[in-house]
Amino acid sequence: MAAVGIVYGRGDARRYETNPATRETDWVKWLILTAALSFFLLFLLMPLIAVFTEALRKGWLTYLTAITDPDALSSVRLTLLVAAISVPLNLVFGVAAAWAIAKFEFRGKRFLTTLIDLPFSVSPVIAGLIFVLLFGAHGWFGAWLFEHDIKIIFAVPGIVLATVFITVPFVARELIPLMEAQGREEEEAAVVLGASGFQAFWRVTLPNIKWGLLYGVILCNARAMGEFGAVSVVSGHIRGQTNTMPLHVEILYNEYNFAAAFAVASLLALLALVTLALKTFIEWKVERGMRDTV
Amino acid sequence: MSIQVKEIHKQFGAFVALDQVSLDFPTGALTALLGPSGCGKTTLLRVIAGLETADSGRVILEGEDASDTHVRQRRVGFVFQHYALFRHMTVLENVAFGLRVKPRRERPDDAEIRRRVHRLLDLVQLDALAERFPSQLSGGQRQRVALARALAVEPRVLLLDEPFGALDAQVRKELRRWLRRLHDELQVTSIFVTHDQEEALEVADRVVLMNRGRVEQVDTPTEVYERPATPFVYGFLGAVNVFHGRIEGPHLRVGEATLPHEQTQVIHGAEAVAFSRPHELRIVTDPDTPHGVAAVVERVLTFGADVRVELDSLPGAALRGEPAHYEVVMPRAQVDALALTRGQRVRLVPSQIRVFPSQAA
Repeated sequence: MAAVGIVYGRGDARRYETNPATRETDWVKWLILTAALSFFLLFLLMPLIAVFTEALRKGWLTYLTAITDPDALSSVRLTLLVAAISVPLNLVFGVAAAWAIAKFEFRGKRFLTTLIDLPFSVSPVIAGLIFVLLFGAHGWFGAWLFEHDIKIIFAVPGIVLATVFITVPFVARELIPLMEAQGREEEEAAVVLGASGFQAFWRVTLPNIKWGLLYGVILCNARAMGEFGAVSVVSGHIRGQTNTMPLHVEILYNEYNFAAAFAVASLLALLALVTLALKTFIEWKVERGMRDTV
Repeated sequence: MSIQVKEIHKQFGAFVALDQVSLDFPTGALTALLGPSGCGKTTLLRVIAGLETADSGRVILEGEDASDTHVRQRRVGFVFQHYALFRHMTVLENVAFGLRVKPRRERPDDAEIRRRVHRLLDLVQLDALAERFPSQLSGGQRQRVALARALAVEPRVLLLDEPFGALDAQVRKELRRWLRRLHDELQVTSIFVTHDQEEALEVADRVVLMNRGRVEQVDTPTEVYERPATPFVYGFLGAVNVFHGRIEGPHLRVGEATLPHEQTQVIHGAEAVAFSRPHELRIVTDPDTPHGVAAVVERVLTFGADVRVELDSLPGAALRGEPAHYEVVMPRAQVDALALTRGQRVRLVPSQIRVFPSQAA
């Protein structure tokens, strides 16, 4: 995984750098460094700074008013609610799928692996459309849902469904290579020693994958809160009811209410920064753990 | 506790790992399952433990059919080749694991668990390292922790899968002796898998030789070495010289040479293969001796108490198109008396050979 690459990558780089036989000339190094850094400055750091400067352009008071606006607060609540439902769902599903794929042999294993990647390869808009086609007023189950007075599309359940679909791969993708690398021996040892399946999972498997799992959950959470395309299709953009933060930002922006749009956007950006910090911390933890076991 | 396996058959796709294997492991003995890689020895061990299910056949523990019992209930101790220690637990917690996962009414209290763990760690001489993590231990120490962990649940049998396979030669030798001593102390019925013949012969009470999913021979270390039952066992245990030829009464004809033999069950005129250990061959420098296979001295290795002489068959005398190589081990004084030089023509006269019909080889 990414974390593994970093561990080996750093050691290698240092070796190549200090060995005159493998070292590149200085100008090559500086050229590549400059190109990479200026690209990152221009395309990654600048927008981030822009978000915060635009948000605070009209002063703290406007900023505070914008984010305490009832519609804005409702969008924050909805975003948190959606994440609070879809992240645990994907946590359970991801662990189960990774467990099944890494530790058992069964028919259709490859198919399941491919299926998990599907949300990555399908455009989010299409993902949203699928749910409209299934549960919308004219969809397959539309009539039945109408009869029983259940609202899915243009309501919170639809948003949750779309978000769950989009974020399926994150936890499973993170865990499969990790669990495959760890093999089955420790679980076998636990079972021979008399542990039940649940005890083996809780006392042996889970502690071994906890950092990878947390890493996957953080990425999953970031995506769940930030998802726009799929959610946009199924939400219906009802202010104060079915607007998540990304959707709310878009509406404010379309109304030329730039300061408010950037204010809400800055909350999302803050979330991204927190995610990054957590991610770096976990990578550092994993790296240290790996150094201990090697 | 006694272990019996009856007509165990196990296939992985088209590959037959175990071919109707039936064996008896007597109570209290230390038995080695010995064979080349892929011979089915590890699979058999895992079937006995319950980590693998046989396609057919039965595993009988203490006279009871355990074929359908879950691994948990078999109460076996299993030691893995790569230790399989729980990497996030200390040595103490690793050894305590089997006690901590017991159902509440069977579980000893914490003080009792600690007491038992420390006693076991004392036994494997690791009590000072109880608070360390597996990653902070050497390979030999890890394997001893794995053994203590397996013993903590007071298993009825102890199964060890290549227990010293991942260790370097020095540590391996030390652990071998230590395992033997431990077994004599505990007297628990044990089976260990190995591909190292020296290890099997040195440690075990009984050796089970396996090849291609079948049992070739079951005997004491002395017996399997002195009286191998099949050509495979002969070739697998120690260095051996091979002669292909035809039976002619009391002689085996190898090319133009004849070797006397004492076997009675072989048929006159049959194709046969004969085996002789390096120390069972004599080098005769007089080329006119009636018996013995002609050979050319290739190398004389003069280190150690015994001298090893490597020889090739005569050019052109090669049977079945392949040139034969021979190896003779003799006391240094004898070799010095012969004054062998490279390229010298000699005859090899065996003091003892064992003849098998050819198709068996």
